Amino acid sequence: MTTMPTAVPGINPPAVEGYNFAYLDEQTKRMIRRSLLKAVAIPGYQVPFGSREMPLPYGWGTGGIQVTAAIIGQQDTLKVIDQGSDETTNAVNIRRFFARTAGVKTTQKTAEASIIQTRHRIPEKPLTEAQILVYQVPMPEPLFKLEPRVIECRKMHALADYGLISVKLYEDIVQHGSIATTYDYPVIVNHRYLSSPSPIPKFDNPKLNMNPALQLFGAGRERRLYAIPPYTPVKSLDFDDHPFAVERWDHACALCGSRESFLDEVIVDDAGKRMYVCSDSDYCHERRDELEAKDMETGVSSGAAAATADQGQTC
Amino acid sequence: MLNPLLQVRNLSKRYGSRIGCEDVSFDLYPGEVLCVVGESGSGKSTLLSTLALRLQADTGTLHYTSTEGDSIDLLSLSEPRRRLLMRTEWGFVEQNPRDGLRAGVSAGANIGEPLMAVGARHYGQIRATATQWMSRVELDTSRIDDLPASFSGGMQQRLQIARNLVTGPRLVFMDEPTAGLDVSVQARLLDLLRTLTSQLQLSALVVTHDIGVARLLAHRLMVMQHGRVVEAGLTDQVLDDPQHPYTQLLVSSVLPV
Repeated sequence: MTTMPTAVPGINPPAVEGYNFAYLDEQTKRMIRRSLLKAVAIPGYQVPFGSREMPLPYGWGTGGIQVTAAIIGQQDTLKVIDQGSDETTNAVNIRRFFARTAGVKTTQKTAEASIIQTRHRIPEKPLTEAQILVYQVPMPEPLFKLEPRVIECRKMHALADYGLISVKLYEDIVQHGSIATTYDYPVIVNHRYLSSPSPIPKFDNPKLNMNPALQLFGAGRERRLYAIPPYTPVKSLDFDDHPFAVERWDHACALCGSRESFLDEVIVDDAGKRMYVCSDSDYCHERRDELEAKDMETGVSSGAAAATADQGQTC
Repeated sequence: MLNPLLQVRNLSKRYGSRIGCEDVSFDLYPGEVLCVVGESGSGKSTLLSTLALRLQADTGTLHYTSTEGDSIDLLSLSEPRRRLLMRTEWGFVEQNPRDGLRAGVSAGANIGEPLMAVGARHYGQIRATATQWMSRVELDTSRIDDLPASFSGGMQQRLQIARNLVTGPRLVFMDEPTAGLDVSVQARLLDLLRTLTSQLQLSALVVTHDIGVARLLAHRLMVMQHGRVVEAGLTDQVLDDPQHPYTQLLVSSVLPV
C-alpha cells in the first residue's frame, strides 16, 4: 500500500491534474494511516481521527472514501459497491472519483479487486487475504440509541460493560417475538469490543467472523475509525433461547437462480408485481455467465432464467 | 456481635466553601433500616450521594463489608469494582422514578436490565424473574410489556424498587421514595417496603423529610441540620423524647391529623 505524491501516468488511465494522488494531502493520509494502525492493533475499538471535508456530503461515504484514499496505491484495483451493486449512484461516483484523482484501475469483479469500498453489503464471493474491505459507516457507536452520553458510552466500552445492548435485543423480542434487528446487528469483536458492523444486513454478519480479508470501517461525520483484522473472531449478540440466525428466502434469484445469496425485492410494474434478485450484482452476473456457458455447451436453453433475465435488465 | 455493613467515620463533603455534609459518623448493620431526616438543604441528599459513591467525599473514611466478609475501602475503590458493587450488592431508589427507570423500554426490560448487566443471557429466565418481581411489588403482571410512562406515579416507584431488588442486593439507598405520591399510595408503598426489607434482610438507608415515613420504616434515625448530624438514636426514642432543640422543633411541626 505505498503511495507517492504524484501519479505515474501511462500505466493506468491518467489522473486529473491539480490534485494530489487520491485527493487527500500526504499529511492527512499519514494521520489516517496512524489511526488505522491503532484500529488494527485493537480490533473493534473506535479510534478518533481528524476527518476532512470531502467533496461529497456526509452520509454518502465520507469516512470510507478517506480510508480508501489513505490506503490506496498505484498498483491497487478498486471496486466500489453500494447495497451490493456496482451500478448505483454512490458506487459509480466514488469509483470515478478515484479513477480521476488516483488514476488507479477500477473493476466490478470482486475477485480482481484489491480494495473494495462498500456500503451496506459484504460481497457474496469469499474474500482473500490479499483484499481489503472498506466500510462506509454512518454511526460507529452501537450504544448510541440506548445511551446518549458519549462519555458514558466510552466508559462502558472501557469496562466492557455491555448489559445495555441486551436490553435492546430483549425489547425486540417483546415487540416482535424474535430479535427483529435485521441490519447493523451488534457484534463483539475479538471477544472484547462491542461494535457496529455498519448497516450491513445481519445476513452478512457471519462473513465478518474469521474473514481472511482486512476489514476497515470509516465514519466521516462521527470521526471514528475501527477495524477487524484478518481471522478475527466476531460474534453476533443473542440470547441463549433466541440464538442468532440469518434470514432465508422462499424465492430464488429471478435472474441467476441463486438460493444462497442476499435477495432484493424489486417491484417491477404498477400492479405491484415483484421479483427477487441478488443484491450483489457482480455475483449475479458471474452466475448468469456461467449458466450461459453451460447452456452453450449442452445446447439447451434455460428458458425461464433467460426470459426473466431480459426482463430484469430493462427495469 | 455482627460486623457493621457500612462504617462511616468523619465523612465530609463540601461544595467550595459551602458545607454539603460535615463530620458524619455512623455504623449500619445488616438488616437495619436507617432513616436520615431533616429539612430541605440540611445535607441529607448530599450525604446519601456521597455514601453511594456518586459524589467524591472530601475527608473521612467509608468502609463496606462485602459478602465474603472482608472490609472494602469504598473511597479508594476503582471504577469497575464500584460498578460491580452498585450492580450486585447495592441498589439506589431515586426520588423521581423517571431518573431511575429507562423510559424507552418496557417494564420487563427495566427489571431485567440489571440481570443482563451481570451476564444473564436467557430471555425466558429474565422474563420469568421480571414477572415474579412485578407480582412481588404488587404490579399487574400482564403489563410487563408496557412502557413505564403508561404507569401511574406510585406504580413507577414500585417498578423502580423491583428493578433495584432484582439482583438481590444487601444495601439499598433510597432518596425520598414516597415523596410526590398521594397519601394512600404512600401508605401502600411503605407497607411494601417494610415487608420487603424484613423478608429479604435488607439494610436500607432512607432519606426523607417526612417524620411519619421515618417512624414507620426506620429502626434508627439520624437528624441533620446544616450538614451536621445533631441527634441520632432509636426511632421511637428520638421521636418521643427529642433532646436537641432542632429535633424538638421538627417533631412538633408535624401536622396533627
